[in-house]
Amino acid sequence: MSAEKFSNPVVRWIDHRLPVFSMLDHEKYDYPVPKNLNYFWNFGVLAGLALVIMIVTGIVLAMNYTAHVDHAFSSVERIMRDVNHGWLIRYIHMNAASFFFIVVYIHIFRGLYYGSYKAPRELLWMLGVVIFLLMMATAFMGYVLPWGQMSFWGATVITNLFSAIPIVGESIVTFLWGGFSVDNPTLNRFFSLHYLMPFVIAGVVVLHIVALHRFGSNNPIGIDAKGPQDTISFHPYYTIKDMVGIAMFLLLLAVAVFFFPNAMGHPDNYIPANPMQTPAHIVPEWYFLPFYAILRAVPDKLGGVLLMFAAIFVLFILPWLDRSPVRSARFRPVFRIFFWLLFIDCIALGYLGGKPAEGVYVVLSRIATVWYFLHFLVILPMLSVFETTKPLPKSISEPVLATAKGAA
Amino acid sequence: MANTNSKPAKSATDPREVGRRDFIVVATYAMGAVGAAAVAWPLINQMNPAADTLALASTEVDVSKIAEGQAITVTWRGKPVFIRHRTADEIARANAIDSAELRDPQEDEARVQKPELLVLVGVCTHLGCVPLGQKTGEVKGEYDGWFCPCHGSHYDTSGRIRKGPAPTNLEVPPYTFLSDAVIRIG
Ligand code: HEM
Ligand code: FES
Repeated sequence: MSAEKFSNPVVRWIDHRLPVFSMLDHEKYDYPVPKNLNYFWNFGVLAGLALVIMIVTGIVLAMNYTAHVDHAFSSVERIMRDVNHGWLIRYIHMNAASFFFIVVYIHIFRGLYYGSYKAPRELLWMLGVVIFLLMMATAFMGYVLPWGQMSFWGATVITNLFSAIPIVGESIVTFLWGGFSVDNPTLNRFFSLHYLMPFVIAGVVVLHIVALHRFGSNNPIGIDAKGPQDTISFHPYYTIKDMVGIAMFLLLLAVAVFFFPNAMGHPDNYIPANPMQTPAHIVPEWYFLPFYAILRAVPDKLGGVLLMFAAIFVLFILPWLDRSPVRSARFRPVFRIFFWLLFIDCIALGYLGGKPAEGVYVVLSRIATVWYFLHFLVILPMLSVFETTKPLPKSISEPVLATAKGAA
Repeated sequence: MANTNSKPAKSATDPREVGRRDFIVVATYAMGAVGAAAVAWPLINQMNPAADTLALASTEVDVSKIAEGQAITVTWRGKPVFIRHRTADEIARANAIDSAELRDPQEDEARVQKPELLVLVGVCTHLGCVPLGQKTGEVKGEYDGWFCPCHGSHYDTSGRIRKGPAPTNLEVPPYTFLSDAVIRIG
C-alpha cells in the first residue's frame, strides 16, 4: 500500500504510520458492488444511521435523566418542558427507535425475498438476527426508563416471561428485578444496560460488515458477480444512491418528530407508574406486537413463551430450512407467492397483538401463528425440493443490457 | 520453520512427556476457569436483592376495620396484597366445588387461617398484572373473585384460578395474627 496515492502530506504522513486512510480508500474504491442493486439495498446504511442517531440523542438525554423511581418520570417531563431543546432530543430518540425497527424489518424482508441468507452468507444473516435480538432488548429497557404506566407494566409482564421456566424461573425473575417486584434496582440496572447495549450492537455491526465484505452484497437477481463487467465501485455510485435514501429517511423522521411525535407511542405512558394498578389494556411497543400475538395465542404459559422465542430462533436456522440453490424470488414463482403470504401473516400478527386477547382475535392469532411456523418449517423445506425455478441469467450484465436495449 | 513460539514439538520419542505437558496445560486452564468464575460471581450476585431490600420484607395491617364484603389492598415487598373480609355466601361458594377438578387443586381451608379473612398476593400468576375486583364496581370475573384484564384470567372467591392462561392460584403470603385485629405479612 503506497502512501503516494494521497496528495495531502499530513494524510500521507499519518497513513504511513497508521493506514486508516488506505483502509477507507480500499472500502470506497476497491470494494466491488454488483451494479444492479435496487433501493432495498439502502436499508443497511439506514439502519447504521439510525444507530448513530440513537447513540447521539441517547447520550444527551442521559445528561438530563435521573434513574430513580421517584424522579425518573419527572426528569423526563423536565426534559420535555425545561431543558433547552429537550423536547426535540427526546422526540428524536423516541421516533428514531420506531424508525430503526421499520428500517430493520424492511432490511430483513429484503433478505428473505432475495435469498440473501443463503450460502455463503449464512453467518452474515445470523449476525443480523443477533443484532435484531439486541435491538429488541435495548428498546425494551429504554421504554422502561420514563417510568410511566406502560413502562412499568411492560417491564413486569416481559420479565415475568422468565418465570415460565420450570424450577429456577422464580429465582431468575427475582434476580432480574433485584427485589420482589419491578422497582428501583430494576430501573437502575435497565438504565445501565440500556446505555451499554447500543455499543455492543455497534460491535456486532462491525462483524456483520466484515462478513458482508467477504463475499460482497447479494443483488436482486441473486447470482454472483462474474467479473468487473458486473460490478461498479461503491464510491461514488452507491454513496450517491445511499444519500437519496438517507434524505428520504431524515425527511420522514422529521415529519414524525415535528407533526406526529406520539403517534407510535401509547398515551398511558404519560401517567406515572403505579405498581398497585394495571391499566385496562396493556400493549407493548408496536414493533413487538407480532411476537406478543404469538405469546398470547398459546393458552399455556410456558408454551406461549417457548413459541415466542422459537419465532425468532427459526430465523437463525433459516439458511438450512430453505435449501433451494436459487436465491432470488424473481426466479422462484411459488416461493414468491408464499413470501407475500408470510408478509401478510406478519402484518396480521402485528395487528392482532394490539387487540384484546378475546373472542375472534384469539382464533385469528392462532391461525396466523400456525401459518408462521408452517411457512418456515414445512413450506420452505418442501419448496426446496418440489419447486421448478425459472432459468437464471448467465450474468448480472445480461439482463441489465437486455432491458437497456429493450428500453432504447 | 523454526519452532520459536508454537507448542514444543510433541516428541514421538517420549510419550510420557506429552502426557505430563497435557496435564499441566489442562490444569492451568481449569485453574483459570475457576479463578474467572470466582471473580464473575460477585459481579453477577450484586443483581440479587440487596440487604435493605430484604429487610423491608414484612408489613403489619389492622384488619378489624374491614367490614364484611369489603376488601383492602396493602403493599408488601412492593407488591399489592389483597385482604378480603368474605361474606358467608362467598365462603360457601368457595367450598361448594370439588377442588380436585381445579387446575391447581387446593381446598379453600388450606388457603385461609380464619375463613372470613382471605389474604392474597394481588399479582396474577400468569405474567404479573394486578387483577381487578378489589374496588366496588370493578369486574370480578365469571367466578366473582378477581379478573385479570391483561390476558383474561378468572379467579374465584378463594383466589383460585378457574379460567384463562394463569397456571396457578393467587399466592397466599405467609402471615401471622399478632392479635385478633392485626396481622403481620411476611
Ligand atoms: C439501539 C439503540 C437505542 C434504542 C433502540 C433505544 C430505545 C429507547 C426507547 C424506545 C426509549 C423510550 C423513549 C420514550 O418512550 O420516552 C429510550 C429512552 C431512553 N434512552 Fe434509549 N435507545 C437506544 C440508545 C440509547 C443510548 C446509546 C443511550 C445513552 C445513554 C440512551 C439513553 C436513553 C435515555 C436516557 C432514555 C430515557 C429518556 C426518555 O424516555 O426519553 N439510549 N431509548
Ligand atoms: S398477567 Fe394476568 S392474565 Fe396474563
